[in-house]
Amino acid sequence: MSGFPTLLYKELLRFWKVGVQTVGAPVLTALLYLLVFAAALDGRARVYEHLSYAQFLVPGLVMMGVLQNAFANSASSLIQSKVTGNLVFVLMAPISELEFFGAYVLASVVRGLVVGAGVLAVAACFVELRPASPLWMLAFATLGSALLGTFGLLAAIWADKFDQIAAFQNFVILPLSFLSGVFYSIHALPPAWQAATRANPFFYMIDGFRYGFFGTSDVAPLASFAVVAVSFAVLAAGCLLLLRSGYKLRP
Amino acid sequence: MSLALEVRQLEKRYGALQALAGVDLEVAEGEFFGLLGPNGAGKTTLISIVAGLVRPSAGAARVMGADVVADYRRARRMLGVVPQELVFDPFFTVRETLRLQSGYFSLRRNDAWIDEVMHHLDLDAKADANMRTLSGGMKRRVLVAQALVHRPPLIVLDEPTAGVDVELRRGLWQFVRRLNRDGHTIVLTTHYLEEAEEQCERIAMLKAGRLVALDSTRNLLARFSGLDLEEIFLRVMEHPS
Repeated sequence: MSGFPTLLYKELLRFWKVGVQTVGAPVLTALLYLLVFAAALDGRARVYEHLSYAQFLVPGLVMMGVLQNAFANSASSLIQSKVTGNLVFVLMAPISELEFFGAYVLASVVRGLVVGAGVLAVAACFVELRPASPLWMLAFATLGSALLGTFGLLAAIWADKFDQIAAFQNFVILPLSFLSGVFYSIHALPPAWQAATRANPFFYMIDGFRYGFFGTSDVAPLASFAVVAVSFAVLAAGCLLLLRSGYKLRP
Repeated sequence: MSLALEVRQLEKRYGALQALAGVDLEVAEGEFFGLLGPNGAGKTTLISIVAGLVRPSAGAARVMGADVVADYRRARRMLGVVPQELVFDPFFTVRETLRLQSGYFSLRRNDAWIDEVMHHLDLDAKADANMRTLSGGMKRRVLVAQALVHRPPLIVLDEPTAGVDVELRRGLWQFVRRLNRDGHTIVLTTHYLEEAEEQCERIAMLKAGRLVALDSTRNLLARFSGLDLEEIFLRVMEHPS
């Protein structure tokens, strides 16, 4: 037996206890994006012939909610525990670095998936949705949230203050998610911007998730999945190395 | 003699600062041991290394024979630390906090012991109160309870009575003495030297990361006859030998 199940349970309980803020608020934000953009652009913008703009928008918004909240979960939990000092209770327990990593990242995956399911459920009230391949959707949402949960953990290990995490969210996560094709297909971009978008891992997560929805995407889903999987493996290895070294957590 | 805590040539450097400079220390099982020193002497650094919160630069520390780095799981299971700072997780109630702490040590059905610890620390009435709503003294009691949920044979109390009222202080010492009588080894750091004189069988004094005195409380008082522990402490700090 190990402390892993309890640490995971604690991390889940932490975000669930403030569900209005951690689940309700991002669902409402995504709904506002959908209503405003769909109302403003429906009929004027059409990305795929057989889809309305609102239908095209939904998977991007779902995935944006999944990714941003997966990052926020691990990052805010760890930085809060570091700044308030209660992390000592976890650090003094017989919990390995792998268990620590697993609990924080799995909780991020769960929060990402819960937010994603919430956005999807609310969007379904306004837009007709017929997912083509739910397994691809689940695969991209799960791996994408694991990737962002790991990134959040890395950010919080490095950060000493709340505003450093806010800077990550505002200057890294938000631009990467907005410039990844949530609101448009990269084929609508000039070649230079298309190339730049292909260097953004968020693009592959959102494009792959969109394939699960429509059976159509800018990049083959297997290729996108490979990019996301390799990105996760690299970040996870880096994060475990940092945890093993004790960097900033066990000076 | 079995050792509850064994520290060998322990060093910790933070850049140019030498927080611990080769400390050797042994605490036998069942002892009530005092670790004294002025601020910045290295007491909390030593405790933090033993607890796994800080990595040593050199040397080793063992809890009940288990190396705190190489065999950290076993070492941590046998150690309970009451931290100096009033730290708590604002998301949880007292009972949830103690259940989570038990779970970190793989103890899933521990409610009987949690209830007993809460009863001894007079926390029963606050069991379902959120940690945020507790007074400083109550939070201190929860910290003590958290250190005890896994029944560790070695308990380290890092200034447990700082900012605590007389009633809690009295209750806390009664409880800690009972734990000691039941076989738990106690290591105490405190700035209240009359508490150390009253409670501890042996005392170590640290200054600038070095051990400057180590003896039984009785021997220390006999060696400096006519002085109380506070006066002895001040003399040792002025003239460490």
